[in-house]
Amino acid sequence: MKVVIDGELCQGQGRCFSIAPSLFGFDDLGDGVVLGDGTLTAETLDLARLAQANCPEHAIFIEESS
Amino acid sequence: MSLDELKAPVTDFATDWDHTDPAWVHDPYPIWEKLRTSCPVAHTDRYGGAWFPTTHQMVSDVANDTEHFTSRLVVITNNKYPPNAEAPIGGAPPITSDPPFHQFARRVILPAFAPGPVNALEDQVRALCRKHLDTVAGEDAFDAGLRYAQYISPGVISKMLGFPEADEELFRDFVHLVLDLVDLPIHERGPLFVPMAEYFSAQIEDHLAHPRDDLTNYLLHVEFNGERLSMEHVRGTMVLVLVAGIDTTWSAIGSALWHLAHHPSDLARLVAEPELMPVAVEEFLRFYAPVTMARLVKDDFDFYGWPMKKDDWVLLGFPAANRDPEMFSDADTFVIDRALNRHAAFGLGIHRCIGSNLARMELRVALEEFIARFPKFELTDPTAVTWAPGQVRGPRSIPVRVVA
Repeated sequence: MKVVIDGELCQGQGRCFSIAPSLFGFDDLGDGVVLGDGTLTAETLDLARLAQANCPEHAIFIEESS
Repeated sequence: MSLDELKAPVTDFATDWDHTDPAWVHDPYPIWEKLRTSCPVAHTDRYGGAWFPTTHQMVSDVANDTEHFTSRLVVITNNKYPPNAEAPIGGAPPITSDPPFHQFARRVILPAFAPGPVNALEDQVRALCRKHLDTVAGEDAFDAGLRYAQYISPGVISKMLGFPEADEELFRDFVHLVLDLVDLPIHERGPLFVPMAEYFSAQIEDHLAHPRDDLTNYLLHVEFNGERLSMEHVRGTMVLVLVAGIDTTWSAIGSALWHLAHHPSDLARLVAEPELMPVAVEEFLRFYAPVTMARLVKDDFDFYGWPMKKDDWVLLGFPAANRDPEMFSDADTFVIDRALNRHAAFGLGIHRCIGSNLARMELRVALEEFIARFPKFELTDPTAVTWAPGQVRGPRSIPVRVVA
């Protein structure tokens, strides 16, 4: 599983990097960015889902890894 | 229309709402709930015609629809046609800007409010909070609004802009004018802006004569494609930062202190579990979201069947959206450890509050410092609490007693 942020939808609300700083960071404008390649483990999947469920812009997606 | 006519008490909020009506100012939530379940798009002929959608979905739709709604004015008054408020720039970019200019105006200012620079201000905010807490040290009872909450954001913002901190009383006057005195007739409201315009002119001149490292200096000198910003752009963004950076966060801090002053179990939990603070801050923001924005309808437009007309106002009720039970379980209950909280306190879409990272940090630090100093406190007189009217809502006077 991988977590991704849709840059078109992200408005820099800042919830993801506050809830899950191990998975998300931010850029110079304050938009959220996925740290590393976004690969989730059994341990980080729930955290990613929590961030996803708190994003006001619905900009976080969890995808099956290819 | 005379002021007396404008201030006629509201008897039906569905057809004649007024966000400065005393009942709305005192406690808007039952009014909004009733509208949401029975209306849910309220209308008023006041202010030249205005709409108020009350569901989260509708608020989100308006916020994300820059095709049918313009941001050239975002505070409802009796004047829809001030000459300095032409889209797409507006009087206070980027909040009053529409695409495509909006994106540029936002790009200008966002870096100053990104998490990096904001986090660097935390120690300064903490010191400011402690300084004001020192002024009430030893007192058994004091006003947590007038002695504490109202000082935090003006102190932070004046330092960012490089304005004298001693002028903060003046800043509160400016904010009161822009956001509270909204129902004055045009001919009375207009002249009140002269001192504010003169103050900003003086600050700009001073910064040009004595450049220093602050946000005003940045706005005056930053270049994009070899060009500086227009002076109107610089001035408008300075006004925005001052006005939007003060009343909003002050209201958020005040609401949270007010809540804790009459919810001892929530206060005790925050004292016992400081790690809960970031989650609690989001619930304070949801439950007491201070800021309501506005839009103007660009052209006649059918919104879910409601016939909006060109230049009608739309009140964009993020605080109402935050109480929609379709979006939040137990929406009208404050849940201090609410884990799922997709609130819209900072708006939705391209106009997301630029200062959200700063506001969130100020709120957290102001609460941390207050409860560290006063782990137990309570309201002395709930009826003495007063609320700011209009589009930024928060308590002004919050009389509390320190409990031993």
